[in-house]
Amino acid sequence: MQKGVIGTAHVQIRVLDMDEAVTHYRDRLGLLETDRDSQGRVYLKGWTEADKFSVVLREADEAGMDFMGFKVLNNEVLASLRQDLIDFGCNVEDIPAGELNGCGARVRFDSPTGHMFELFAEKEVVGRATGHRNPDAWPMDLKGMKATRLDHCLLYGDDLDGSLELFRDVLGFWLTEEAMDGDVRIAQFLTTSMKEHEIAFIRSEGKGQFHHASFLLESWEDVLKAADLISMWDISIDIGPTRHGLTHGQTIYFFDPSGNRNETFAGGDWYVPGMPTTTWDAEKLGKAVFYHARELNERFLTVTT
Amino acid sequence: MFHIDVVSSEDKSFECPPEKSLLHGMESQSVKAINVGCRGGGCGFCKIRILDGEFETKKMSIKFITKEEQAEGFALSCRVFPRSDMRVMAVGND
Repeated sequence: MQKGVIGTAHVQIRVLDMDEAVTHYRDRLGLLETDRDSQGRVYLKGWTEADKFSVVLREADEAGMDFMGFKVLNNEVLASLRQDLIDFGCNVEDIPAGELNGCGARVRFDSPTGHMFELFAEKEVVGRATGHRNPDAWPMDLKGMKATRLDHCLLYGDDLDGSLELFRDVLGFWLTEEAMDGDVRIAQFLTTSMKEHEIAFIRSEGKGQFHHASFLLESWEDVLKAADLISMWDISIDIGPTRHGLTHGQTIYFFDPSGNRNETFAGGDWYVPGMPTTTWDAEKLGKAVFYHARELNERFLTVTT
Repeated sequence: MFHIDVVSSEDKSFECPPEKSLLHGMESQSVKAINVGCRGGGCGFCKIRILDGEFETKKMSIKFITKEEQAEGFALSCRVFPRSDMRVMAVGND
């Protein structure tokens, strides 16, 4: 049941070298740089996104994800969900407005899989790159893969059942797809919108693992051009171009210069409230993950930051 | 060009120029001696222990190579650049 979470709004990613990371996310992925702050963090967004940023890069001694943020409808929803998170047993921290440039107060919370998440209601609106009055189809000066928006993240962790309770029962996400090994859910895809997933989890033995941040492209042709650019720039490739069974998205995976995995994808399924959850059986997992090769790839399954 | 010996249950070797990481050099010659992960120092998949030889490193994720491990000769082969012939041991993702 919808509880006022609009959807995925931002991710803060740790990088080992900021200059290399900015070259990757801005000039190669094609995000637009919108700000930098006194901590040295760099803010970016896709050209179709109206809010000030969706990706924040922070230089650190390890790669991975600091946190992922979801926007909620308004401050009343924020206050209500904050209490629900406390009642559920999350450790909640209030981050004051302005800690991220242009972002209102954030409610940060931990989770059963060891990842940190945030809710917030307000962020500075800078608008789509084409504007909002009589806009053209696309901006003419886009770079690289021309990523349109941050779409979702996939995270690895141990307690998927607790995670499902948190996201479905407390935050009002719908379970769109799952992979089941008998009674054990080994993958779960969740949304608050018509997107097939705003966030996904795969079961592992660890906590807080970051598998990838995913960016939407306009077409399969753009996925193939991204693949060309990955070769031209000698970007570390993971797998693709191919199609997933889960979500049916057309996809390619690669790594940023610090080893964080990125996906660019196009197409795939969408979700309407009331649709049944799609279930993949463990014996079909090869096809579920890589629809064409129909076999799993060790690196895709096990490499995380 | 430097000669790199990888000590494991099945010893293998490859040649690596100074501007390439050990992992990149290995992949360039289609040798499979060390696990290939992110190739960016972030995932720990290509962990090795350096037994012998001169080298330089780029920053590696402290989550997978602690300061103590680095002092003991552990490294991520995607961030190690040879400055002489080397002998290394594949450790993998532990």
